[in-house]
Amino acid sequence: MVELERCESLGEALRDALERWAEYTCLIEVDRERETCRLTYRQFRERALPLVSALQQQDFAPGERAAIIMTNQSKWLISAYAVFHAGGVLVPLDYKLSPREQIELLRHVRASVLITEFPFWRALRQEAGWVELPLRLVLVTEAPPEVELEGARRWEEFRGDGEPRFVPRRRQDVACIVYSSGTGGRPKGCVLTHENYLEQCRSLTAIYPFSPGVRYLSILPTNHAIDFMVGFIGPFVCGATVVHLRTLRPEYIRDAFVRYQITHATVVPLILKNLERALRERFAVLPRHKRALLQVLMRLNRWLTRRQPNVRLSRRLFPDVHRAFGGHLEMLIVGGAFTEPSTLQFFYDLGIPVANGYGLTEACTAVTVNDLKPFRADTVGKPLPGVEVKILDPDADGIGEVAVRGKNVMSHYLDDPELTAETIVDGWLLTGDLGRIDETGHLQLFGRKKNMIVTEGGKNIYPEDVERFFDGLPVKEFCIFAANYVWPERRLGQEHLILVVHPAPGEGLTEAVRQQIRERNRRLPEYKRVHGYLVWERDFPRTASLKIKRTVLAEEIRAHRSRADVQWL
Amino acid sequence: MRTLEQTLEELLDLAASYFRLPRERLSPDDDLFETLRIDSLQALELLGRLEQHFQIELPDYELQGVTSFRALAERIHARL
Repeated sequence: MVELERCESLGEALRDALERWAEYTCLIEVDRERETCRLTYRQFRERALPLVSALQQQDFAPGERAAIIMTNQSKWLISAYAVFHAGGVLVPLDYKLSPREQIELLRHVRASVLITEFPFWRALRQEAGWVELPLRLVLVTEAPPEVELEGARRWEEFRGDGEPRFVPRRRQDVACIVYSSGTGGRPKGCVLTHENYLEQCRSLTAIYPFSPGVRYLSILPTNHAIDFMVGFIGPFVCGATVVHLRTLRPEYIRDAFVRYQITHATVVPLILKNLERALRERFAVLPRHKRALLQVLMRLNRWLTRRQPNVRLSRRLFPDVHRAFGGHLEMLIVGGAFTEPSTLQFFYDLGIPVANGYGLTEACTAVTVNDLKPFRADTVGKPLPGVEVKILDPDADGIGEVAVRGKNVMSHYLDDPELTAETIVDGWLLTGDLGRIDETGHLQLFGRKKNMIVTEGGKNIYPEDVERFFDGLPVKEFCIFAANYVWPERRLGQEHLILVVHPAPGEGLTEAVRQQIRERNRRLPEYKRVHGYLVWERDFPRTASLKIKRTVLAEEIRAHRSRADVQWL
Repeated sequence: MRTLEQTLEELLDLAASYFRLPRERLSPDDDLFETLRIDSLQALELLGRLEQHFQIELPDYELQGVTSFRALAERIHARL
């Protein structure tokens, strides 16, 4: 692989990878059953360099911020490389956010360049805030030929001539600004340096080395910290092949595993559970004797692989299961949210190791990973090489807040020194998660100290970001909490948001208000919805500037109400 | 040429049969995730069925921002 310790920047590491692996297949892009693009590393470079030239002819300066809003595809990675080659700062934004939310983040990050797909551009420019953005260059991919782009440029035609300049960056320079949350609330733009990424990549590839021949199926959005690292930087520096699907429809994902002989893929728990459900449904209709045999084989496989996975052996025990995944799958990686141990065990018993871990955008991607030697469904693994983890103020059971230190920890939150000072203390990143380190050095998680939830789809949801959707609710005041923040439970999974409402004096919570809560909630994206509401008859404690004292309010609610008082929606 | 109302009715019929629910439990302005008790991945599965029926291509992004059956019918109708 590329010697990352000798690299100063992501641009340098990727540039070296494109030269080193020139004749290997780098990218395959598939739109449903149609293969739309297949590039070697050399061809990738040939597509990226004219884009760099064109950016430089537009005076794109080192350190200038370029945002990408795109689904997973070759143009995402080509554009990102071009930005790094030109010394720019990449801002990967979530294409699943609403146009209004995307505009809020574009404004906050002050990006001067935007690279996006035609449908997203069309939606963005219909928003009121679009024209006020400080964008000086907008590149739009796959725009229909007849459409007038009104100042934006076609990505496919945006090509410069002449040799582009490679702009060196230092390790401490900013590589990316990645938003871990904050749409509508307090934006949390994690400022990540080249060193953060290079060191993270070094430690991850030390545990899970990729190599030419690895075929990585990129399912998670590339803007997500996990896919950016495991589905772009990691495979590239190791000469592996990345397969992009333009749809996440399960039937095409299943097809891609087989057609492209996928060896690795990263999924979120939601997808893993979907796969588990599909497999269990297939097993349920087997004749009784076959079901019994399957159970015996699963127990046998668990025993035979009790020290470490042996995928070749497992393939012989479960040929049909492995054939359904293409027959070449070495490992699934799961991240983004808590995964039920029973799901991890189910796949492991079938001979499909699922590597889980723990991480957060503020720590670049991963803090701990399970090395599967041996498999442990009950933990999130050990700290990565070069990453320190400690437990702050542990209780009698050794449980306390997880703190992280290492070269993977972000520099700061963009434009928020106060939040940065609260989050990084004496060089330690305070994660807000509760955990314990067991006697073997594995980290076990037990819940959250912070007021937020992480969905099974891997999205961080902060109550403050959801509250604005209830603005104008005809009550005296309201506030949203993570239920586990108000009533802590020493476990993860099944995380819920609750709306605490203080009705207008003398009115109680009328049916009209209840109806309005239901209606507003329904208009929210599924992952942002509150799961229940609680009626609270006392005034909310507030600061002098009238902000709700959330911690105090949570304590009061905990003292007087229980989960049983929540009206679940 | 179908009207929007016809598209909507056909969508409701298909969703009911695909997720094995009585048709009368589905109304145009219902939240489709809540009514069908499905997650975003299962909603993507439904797209395949809709493509077959309406003979159109529905990219994943057409589900973005859609919560009600009516909104989904509008997206389909625009592609007919």
